[in-house]
Amino acid sequence: MTSAIPLRLYVNGDRYEIAVEPRRTLADALREDCGLTGTHLGCEHGVCGACTVLVDGQPVRSCLMFAVQAEDSSVRTVEGLAPDEERLHPVQQAFWENHGLQCGFCTPGFLVLVAGYLEEHPDAEEAELREVLSSNLCRCTGYQNILTATMCAARAMRGEELP
Amino acid sequence: MKPSPFEYVRPRTLTEALAAIAEDPDESKILAGGQSLIPMMNFRLARPARLVDVNRVPGLAGLASDGDRVRVGTLTRHHAMEHNPLPGPLGGLLRRAAAHVGHLPIRTRGTFGGSLAHCDAASEWCLVARLLDAEMTVRSQARGTRVIPAADFFQAVFTTAMAPDEILTSIALPALDEHYRTGIAEFARRAGDFAIVAATAAVRVEEGLVTEARICLGGVAEVPLRSAAAERVLLGERWSPELVTAAAEAAAADCDPPGDAHGDPAYRRDLVRALVPRALGLDARR
Repeated sequence: MTSAIPLRLYVNGDRYEIAVEPRRTLADALREDCGLTGTHLGCEHGVCGACTVLVDGQPVRSCLMFAVQAEDSSVRTVEGLAPDEERLHPVQQAFWENHGLQCGFCTPGFLVLVAGYLEEHPDAEEAELREVLSSNLCRCTGYQNILTATMCAARAMRGEELP
Repeated sequence: MKPSPFEYVRPRTLTEALAAIAEDPDESKILAGGQSLIPMMNFRLARPARLVDVNRVPGLAGLASDGDRVRVGTLTRHHAMEHNPLPGPLGGLLRRAAAHVGHLPIRTRGTFGGSLAHCDAASEWCLVARLLDAEMTVRSQARGTRVIPAADFFQAVFTTAMAPDEILTSIALPALDEHYRTGIAEFARRAGDFAIVAATAAVRVEEGLVTEARICLGGVAEVPLRSAAAERVLLGERWSPELVTAAAEAAAADCDPPGDAHGDPAYRRDLVRALVPRALGLDARR
């Protein structure tokens, strides 16, 4: 048995001083040690994408990274998308308005994936966004509404009128 | 679905990394991108006692042109390969191959060298390395540096010519001149899945004649398979779509693919026949 080692994580701008075993995945550390249960764990082997978070701005599967590897990195989870208590992130707003979620289990992963991508690539076109969305699984198979929501979010983030 | 306990070591230099793995080579694993190793650990198919995390070792990532070669650092992420600025047929091949590797959140972490060292039969990078006769530079504390050609490097599924105390540090690829046509085509049932069959090609055509031919197939053998039969059909002949079709037929006839739930041998041969022309930009469907 290896013992817990002290670790400093920066998540959504907050500092967390935790102690974890090296085998603790980033996903488990976020949920169990930081109390941020918005990140969901589906398959735990990198296929479903429910646990997607941004590490230094890049989307990663948090089940395929150990928490110790994220030391001193900047992590962003679904809890860190909305700008404040009153407003949703444009991607969250679009998912709400377009019924982009059914059971909601995969939603945090899709929100983080799409928000991260659109913030870096505001001019992304549909084919490119479909390719990005293929990263994650929705077992309700609500992909059409997820795509519609993503396209609406892209337009909103570019400041365009919505149809 | 949680890894078994391990000791975590995070060296700051390659020398430290080599020393850490030399202490117990058989029970240690190098952690690079972790996109294959960590799933195997989560399933407890792999239970290393020690992980040596090389992600913060400087100097192991990036591409550098070196005369008639391009040197790829082992820790170069798939995402960086996908957006590499190399001009010419090599840069194009690497960008297209990278786009086939998993999905975006896998490509941001997974590494070129990690993929080669893992040696999955379906890996695009193993195919490209064998296609271009890449040279792998590996290092150990005990024996220093040695260079292993791709033809010797890939030995069997998940098995390379590297010793347990060695680290793959860089990979040399030939800088292809503008006469090369390169490409990759693969078939998988879902976007981002492992390919059932993949084909890569690098064919040099000058004044209408094929002066060099390289065809490499994945999913038809334990390790990437150079199709000598297809290459013989092409070499020295006049370039034409019919010639490529003949080469694809030769590649399909010459290989002896395995059968499994994803496809029986005849189906995989059909895929070879379809994918070799597609890898060279000739698609019967277009």
